[in-house]
Amino acid sequence: MQTLPVFSAASAEILTGIMICVTLLAQTFLGDKVKQIAYYLVQISLVAAFILLARELYDPAIITFSGMFDDDAFSRLLKLSICAVSFFVFLYSREYITEKNMPSGEYYILGLSSILGMLVLVSSYNFLTLFMGLELFSLPVYAMVALQRKSVINTEAAMKYFIVGAIGSGMLLYGISMFYGATQSLNFADVAKVVADSSAPQSMLLVFALVFVVSGVAFKLGAVPFHMWVPDVYDGAPTAVTLFISSAPKIAAMAMALRIFVDALPGLVLQWQPILIVLAIFSMALGNIVAIAQSNIKRMLAYSSIAHIGYALLGVIAATDEGYSTAIFYIISYAIMTSGAFGLLTVMSRNGVEIENIADLQGLSDRNPWLAFMMLLVIFSMAGIPPFVGFMAKVAVLEALISVHLVWLAALALLFAIIGVYYYIRVIKVMYFDSSKAKQQAVNLPLDKNIAISVNGLAVLVLGIFPGSLFGLCLSVVHTGF
Amino acid sequence: MNILVPLVFYAFAAILVAASVMVIVSRNPVRGALFLILAFFCSAVLWLLLEAEFLALALIFVYVGAVMTLFLFVVMMLNIDKLPDQEGFVKFLPIGVLVMAVLVGLMIMVIGPHHFSLNTFASHQMHSSDYSNVAEVGDTLYTQYVMPFELAGMMLLVAIISSISLAHRVRRPNTRTQDIPTQIATHSEDQLIFANVDEKSDPFANVKIKKTKKRGRK
Repeated sequence: MQTLPVFSAASAEILTGIMICVTLLAQTFLGDKVKQIAYYLVQISLVAAFILLARELYDPAIITFSGMFDDDAFSRLLKLSICAVSFFVFLYSREYITEKNMPSGEYYILGLSSILGMLVLVSSYNFLTLFMGLELFSLPVYAMVALQRKSVINTEAAMKYFIVGAIGSGMLLYGISMFYGATQSLNFADVAKVVADSSAPQSMLLVFALVFVVSGVAFKLGAVPFHMWVPDVYDGAPTAVTLFISSAPKIAAMAMALRIFVDALPGLVLQWQPILIVLAIFSMALGNIVAIAQSNIKRMLAYSSIAHIGYALLGVIAATDEGYSTAIFYIISYAIMTSGAFGLLTVMSRNGVEIENIADLQGLSDRNPWLAFMMLLVIFSMAGIPPFVGFMAKVAVLEALISVHLVWLAALALLFAIIGVYYYIRVIKVMYFDSSKAKQQAVNLPLDKNIAISVNGLAVLVLGIFPGSLFGLCLSVVHTGF
Repeated sequence: MNILVPLVFYAFAAILVAASVMVIVSRNPVRGALFLILAFFCSAVLWLLLEAEFLALALIFVYVGAVMTLFLFVVMMLNIDKLPDQEGFVKFLPIGVLVMAVLVGLMIMVIGPHHFSLNTFASHQMHSSDYSNVAEVGDTLYTQYVMPFELAGMMLLVAIISSISLAHRVRRPNTRTQDIPTQIATHSEDQLIFANVDEKSDPFANVKIKKTKKRGRK
């Protein structure tokens, strides 16, 4: 006997889905009369989804839609952060989109559809919903990269992103099909049960499937050696789209990794741990070292994102509740930092100026001291300098590693972090100590951008000094949720 | 009966694999599309063997009937006669074959027949004659799989939005185009002018061509 699914569990997703259609219709019929209608509707729906999720944050977990959808505290926390980060992302990119003559309605509508995919992905409790969520979140992003059709660089970046993304999805799907063959189920709970008590010959097949699934996840996370798309796409996409790609999708991809490894495959922990260790070491090493050679700030931040993904994976590698919660903490704080950094680049790319190279930031402290100070906070936080949130996140991840006796890995991570500090400090040096040769006018921002940037920059500082609340939240969702 | 089913299966499976290979190998895009149709047709037959009649017919109607027809139109419109020779095909062939051989060999070793043989899976049970494939598909699709179903709908919407936003060209301000409502609302006197032809005077001196735009429909 079939019972009706609990629709209220998916209230945020249903709201987002309806708002996509409403925004699409409103943009089509009222787009000429009401300026920026798509922008306002999308922001309203993000706020509404945030409120819906925040109200039920501590409600008991519900698994519904025939065991395909898991509405637990873990997913609610990550969905809250996805909505909040995306709100800031759209806020930063509004003027950029208008000035660059990009089709604004499509940008916001595709962005909201991508967010819907992320929400579904975070809540998935079945490989089928996981894959659907993943595709729904990646497809609009490919189109967003190519929105400026006349730009050759954008189109090239979109093609690369699309092809690499398709290969990644194919790998993941092949692995999932092997798991289905071995366990006869797509449901995470059933897969976990079969995997836990499988005999020796079957486990060979499971490891084979695992390799493909890990590759697929690594493609989406942008971890080495599946990272080659990251710098090209970050550099080639319009800055507003880079801002979008670099923030919320990272949270969603990390949630996907946690769902697969912790919910579905806890029985294979001895197999996926070494694979992830290799991925993490290579990501940290390559990201931090190659970033030094970059003069383009978008490429530099792309390599920095590869390195940060390596650090976030360390929390998963620890394979304890503390470890998972530090991974969540790390990825949320990274999303805050990267939206701040790319947000600053986006809002500064105005009046025909496009911030591309690190040299473009020369003398920012004279042109707009407050903005330079915010950039300083964000960059210091990324480098992992106390008292900022990036430092707390790194400490937490390393502590989780040491508590499971992976001291050598923690030491290696620390070494790469120290190497990484160099290129972050260089940005600050350029902003504060290099006087610009060309005469450059002061950078002035509208009030809402100023407030948003300030909130974002100060959040990095405040969360770093008082990390307890967010950290406690991450720990409690792991204890109750998984 | 017992011997007929495997016979049909192996025959169509072999054609399916051969057709799929030909889709990739064939230089002529039209021929490739036709082989794809053949591949769809063979997989429809395989589905029929599994008593998935509705899906088999849907595959033929939707893919062969609609999608591939459209695809063929596009291929013919583009007028690609033959794809050019792949550069470096011979150069990269040995290493490609080597990598593929190692990969396929390892894969066969790991996921060989001992995992997916007929012993590990229950053989297919034939249904009674009142079994309806349509009812079964509809039932599971709208109850158990309602969420992925709705998400697939969302994905199609996204595909429509993205492809339109990528292909749509905004009309430039000074482009000359047809204005259909105005053209329909014209009057006969706008189109045909009666004038006295006089040898001495210019017949068109007094005639002003009215602008048709301002005239309303009568």
